[in-house]
Amino acid sequence: MFDALSDRLERLGSSLRSKGRLTDADLDEALLEVRSALLEADVELGVVKAFLDAVRERLSGTALSQSLSPGQQVIKAVHEQLIEVLGGAPLKVTYASKPPTVILLAGLQGAGKTTTAAKLASWFKQQGRNPYLIAADLQRPAAVEQLRVLGAQIGVDVFSDTSNPVKVAKRGLAEATRIGRDVVIIDTAGRLAIDKELMKEVRSISDATSPHYTFLVIDAVTGQDAVLTARSFHETLALSGIIVTKLDYDARGGAVLSARGVVGKPVVFASTGEKIADFDLFHPDRMASRILGMGDMLSLIEQAERTMDQDVLAESSGRMLSGAFTLDDFMAQLNQVRKMGSMGGLMKLMPGMTKEMRQAADNVDDGQLNRVEAIIKSMTPKERRDPNILDSSRRTRIAKGSGTSVNAVNQLIKQFGDMKKMMRQMSGGGMPNLPGGMGKMAQMAAKASAARGGDLPPGFEALGAGMQSGAQASRPGGGGKNKKKKGGRVTPPKQR
Amino acid sequence: MSIALIAVAVLVVLLVLVSLRRRSRRQKVIAPQQARKAMPDILVKEVAPRPSIEHGAELDLSQRLGSSRSIFERVRSIASTGSLSTEQIDTVEEVLLRSDVGVKVTNEILQDLKTNGAPNGVASTVRAALLSSLGGDRSVTTSADAGRVPVWLFVGVNGVGKTTTIGKLSQRFVSDGKKVVLAAGDTFRAAASEQLQMWAERTGADIVRAGEGADPSSVVHDAIGRASARKSDIVLADTAGRRANSSNLLDELSKVRRVADRDPGQVVETFMVLDATTGQNALTQAREFLGAASVTGIVLTKLDGTARGGIVVAIERELGIPVKFVGVGEGVQDLIVFEPVAFVDSLLDA
Repeated sequence: MFDALSDRLERLGSSLRSKGRLTDADLDEALLEVRSALLEADVELGVVKAFLDAVRERLSGTALSQSLSPGQQVIKAVHEQLIEVLGGAPLKVTYASKPPTVILLAGLQGAGKTTTAAKLASWFKQQGRNPYLIAADLQRPAAVEQLRVLGAQIGVDVFSDTSNPVKVAKRGLAEATRIGRDVVIIDTAGRLAIDKELMKEVRSISDATSPHYTFLVIDAVTGQDAVLTARSFHETLALSGIIVTKLDYDARGGAVLSARGVVGKPVVFASTGEKIADFDLFHPDRMASRILGMGDMLSLIEQAERTMDQDVLAESSGRMLSGAFTLDDFMAQLNQVRKMGSMGGLMKLMPGMTKEMRQAADNVDDGQLNRVEAIIKSMTPKERRDPNILDSSRRTRIAKGSGTSVNAVNQLIKQFGDMKKMMRQMSGGGMPNLPGGMGKMAQMAAKASAARGGDLPPGFEALGAGMQSGAQASRPGGGGKNKKKKGGRVTPPKQR
Repeated sequence: MSIALIAVAVLVVLLVLVSLRRRSRRQKVIAPQQARKAMPDILVKEVAPRPSIEHGAELDLSQRLGSSRSIFERVRSIASTGSLSTEQIDTVEEVLLRSDVGVKVTNEILQDLKTNGAPNGVASTVRAALLSSLGGDRSVTTSADAGRVPVWLFVGVNGVGKTTTIGKLSQRFVSDGKKVVLAAGDTFRAAASEQLQMWAERTGADIVRAGEGADPSSVVHDAIGRASARKSDIVLADTAGRRANSSNLLDELSKVRRVADRDPGQVVETFMVLDATTGQNALTQAREFLGAASVTGIVLTKLDGTARGGIVVAIERELGIPVKFVGVGEGVQDLIVFEPVAFVDSLLDA
């Protein structure tokens, strides 16, 4: 998201970079650019004004740094302010001492509450919890049915009846307590903030169930109205946080900033796609880095750890490192990666992706992976172990068997070969030559893992610097030793 | 293809390496099970308040919102002679930006105000500028060539109200004595077909549906077949909500449209359903859906809330797609024909 904004700021950065000193006129011009970028990103006018004032204050308050150019200082100030508005440290979801922990979802029609309810339930399940869904949207035709279908997909029970939303919520909660569920998620009907009757109803649901958390579900492409909506719901329900949906729609998504800025409650979760797995905790510091186009390796790694089967990975990667990697292993890993969510969404998280690559990521067809799978499955076990025996007649057979072309088979074999070569290089400790920004990405990943405790170079020029400074801003005083454990602390403990 | 595969490969390798390293490290530090037990189960109802700019912003904002209406009233009453004051310009800018017409249209109107002044008053000048962008043809076609079945196709992103819009239109046609067939072309979202089914029952329309994951084109094709066999008057075809920045999803939509337009079907209207709360992304949506499905009109939904839906001005200005219907509530009657004058007044008054 926010690509447009980061592009703008980058352009701004380069035009200022050439200058040695930041004058008042420069600052005005720079902030005008930022203003324009924020407005085009749908950030609400009032929030924009407050944001710009804060950036200006940051810049005028501190003495100009010796090591940063004026342009870099503007970007740095914008970056820091973004982190501050987006929420500093993320809200940690804790559980009620007397279960169940009750979560109420509310929002406008079409924001994605029902889908979010299921995704949230699935997330809690992965945390080792035992969630329960209550379908209290009796307004929209088939909303209950939708939640039932989704509940069945993720293996979470759904409660509902046809009485009325308040009763459904109450009975559902009683049922959840009776059968010993520890997290209860209540889906409510979409409603307009100005519909007094319906706002009263959702308030009654809230009063009847005393939720520990009340989340506003808001669409990332909402315009200026985000603020009015967020405020009305906050006044009615005392929100504990925001869940932003459809973050994959647009590069901008300024509604996140607007809602966050006006409600003063953190964005807790973000949904980035149609699949159940395209959902995660919202990390303001990482998002701020992503805004400035630095990718988000940490989210990627966490998503991997959550969804991938460690044993399958360990086995295939053991062979990978020893050089005995086969197409079977490749397919096993492909399937693991696929569980993480849509390929395009994953690619966007990678650091060092150029604009063209991000665009390509939008068009990655997950069906291509099906074709790859079909090709591999059309091979005999012997061929999968040793692709070198593939002569033209075997290749023709495989192409026919998988419904693809010989060309596609050739391409796959070649790429598999390249991959093996790359792996040998990596296990040997060297960094392979990768196309485009992916080399940077590899360095980034290495930094994120091995060198995490080490001292990363300061400044804003390095690709990873934004990420690092984001982490520093949210964890003031975090020394090298502290940082070493960071990875372990960001994700809640695993239940495996 | 190759970028994706290479990326996947790199991803796999990196994740494996990183994950292995982290795994061994974590095992050394603390076993996950113990970590879980060590975490106190406390109830946190309130998040600690953050001392940041928000409070200032909130105060500032409510003042602004409270006053923006009256400010515009004031500007409106000033019969402008000569050049406009900075305050007037700022007020116009604020009103326009808040209604979501976008930075570009706002700047164009402001530029015009600055150069030409406002001989008839600021408000009426702005009003005229907005109205001049909404001059498109808003008529709707309900009939097809002889022997063919007219099809209205509904497209849009997720959650804008496509299915509900179809339900309301179905009611309109049925009360006009028309025979309607609904095509449940949203085979992706769970229970979308059920939702349309309920509308069919409620309004007395016929419906063709298939299981989840079925090919939407074939559902639409079957619906047209049925409509043709039963001599129905119109087919209203639903499609799954989809983001507008994925060419694969757009290609799928193009295919649905192509199939629907094949004899005996004829697509006479393709409506992009747009949520009035949407911001600048609506322009992207309109551009992409226009390219993929030859959109002929917009249905602007949820206009009964606080959102003004000003982005449709930018859409018609830039892409020439007119708004034809407006959704103003959840009731079956709450779909009305778009009126530019009333709409512009609501943008400026509100």
